[in-house]
Amino acid sequence: MHNLQLNEHGRLRHFLTIEGLSRELLLQILDTAESFAALPGRPVKKVPLLRGRIITNLFFENSTRTRTTFELAAKMLSADVINFNISTSATTKGETLLDTLRNIEAMHSDMFVVRHAQSGAAHFIARNASPRVSVINAGDGRHAHPTQAMLDMFTIRKHKGDFTPLRVAIVGDVLHSRVARSQILALNTLGVSEVRIVGPRTLLPTEARALGVHVFHDLAEGIRDVDVVIMLRLQNERMDGALLPNEHEYFRLYGLTDERLESAKPDAIVMHPGPMNRGIEMDSEVADGPRSVILQQVSYGIAVRMAVMSMAMQSQADLGGEA
Amino acid sequence: MSESTQFMKHDAILDLVGGMAQVLRKQLSDRNLDNPAVIGIHTGGAWLAQHISRLLQLQEPTGLLDISFYRDDFTQIGVNPQVRPSRIDFDVDGRNIVLVDDVLHTGRTIRAAMNEIFDYGRPASITLVTLIERSGRELPIQPDVIGLSPPLGLDDHIKLNGPEPLSLEILHGARTAR
Repeated sequence: MHNLQLNEHGRLRHFLTIEGLSRELLLQILDTAESFAALPGRPVKKVPLLRGRIITNLFFENSTRTRTTFELAAKMLSADVINFNISTSATTKGETLLDTLRNIEAMHSDMFVVRHAQSGAAHFIARNASPRVSVINAGDGRHAHPTQAMLDMFTIRKHKGDFTPLRVAIVGDVLHSRVARSQILALNTLGVSEVRIVGPRTLLPTEARALGVHVFHDLAEGIRDVDVVIMLRLQNERMDGALLPNEHEYFRLYGLTDERLESAKPDAIVMHPGPMNRGIEMDSEVADGPRSVILQQVSYGIAVRMAVMSMAMQSQADLGGEA
Repeated sequence: MSESTQFMKHDAILDLVGGMAQVLRKQLSDRNLDNPAVIGIHTGGAWLAQHISRLLQLQEPTGLLDISFYRDDFTQIGVNPQVRPSRIDFDVDGRNIVLVDDVLHTGRTIRAAMNEIFDYGRPASITLVTLIERSGRELPIQPDVIGLSPPLGLDDHIKLNGPEPLSLEILHGARTAR
């Protein structure tokens, strides 16, 4: 089947989802990110790789952190960046997504970084964009958030090296989490030994077993002997009904505390994609503790986004000539 | 596949590098360039830089440059998946830099390397040392210290293999790398 994300040479053209990407390609993203990770230590925190290119952040859904790290990544590659906050822009005046797209294309953008509340929005834009534009998915509905998953893989590799012996637990609101979906795909593609999802029945997807994960409803049991604990944010804004009694009750059962963390391996790391609700998903003593790598995830996010952007821009090199 | 000829072996290359180090030492002292720091270009230049640093009895670790992100042909070839992080552990500001590469051909690699060095700081000087100097320059860049200038055909490509043992190989009729 034709993979929209790859060009005819099998190279990354768009980055929309982890699904359908090979282990080799994921490792290539991580290796490329490795060389960018050294940049912040230099006096000039920039390389001239994408000089003269225009990257447009198309955010139909707010996210300061993700948008900022994409912007920073683009600027460290020497690209110029335009930010469109569309929720506050033309679409509220009745313009269609395609019209918005054509208008921004007419501004000579080489790459769109898209975040949208609707699943499949980035795919839609990739299918309809001109051949000289690459699309990066910065989160679409409940579907995928592939750069977040890759920065998590980068963080795990930094701390654990080899993926194959690892047991990873993803805890919390998996049902509403595009991050979790992308993480599960990435972890299984990279060949970890076990992926677990842990949470109340109402917050775990019913198709869990088809995803290749083991399901746990008890936190201490679910994180027993794992190497990596990934906590997810409770996504109140995506919850339609009363899926939870209340946040206090949630913390009592699924909040990560130092005491509960004792059932994980002694050298287990704790991750969270942010923004974190202290006292709901985890205790401050864990979030700020020695096993937390949450702030490193943010820093590594820049290097991983640089890698994905530069690799996707490479497919334009395959088109030949100048844009 | 193109045909290849073994051009020079490990010991002969090390003799050549020994001679280059002597010439370099004299040049640095004639030009009053004290306290030099060596940077090699990935991969061949980095191997040679190690030898030169040892022969000059320098204590500091040599710097390593992978100029992939500074190349001027990114739009034609894209990112090299084997790119390695550059690593310079000393302060470049005000230093006399000895830049080492294996083959000087078009001059584009050296231009990219100098751009990258300037992103680490403002060196007092850069002295260029190359094992092989060949025809085909496209930029006004000339080496200060050369090992050899072998006569090569336009379609010949010369390549340093290594690091242990080092060997120079000529690929005949290969598309020349830039």
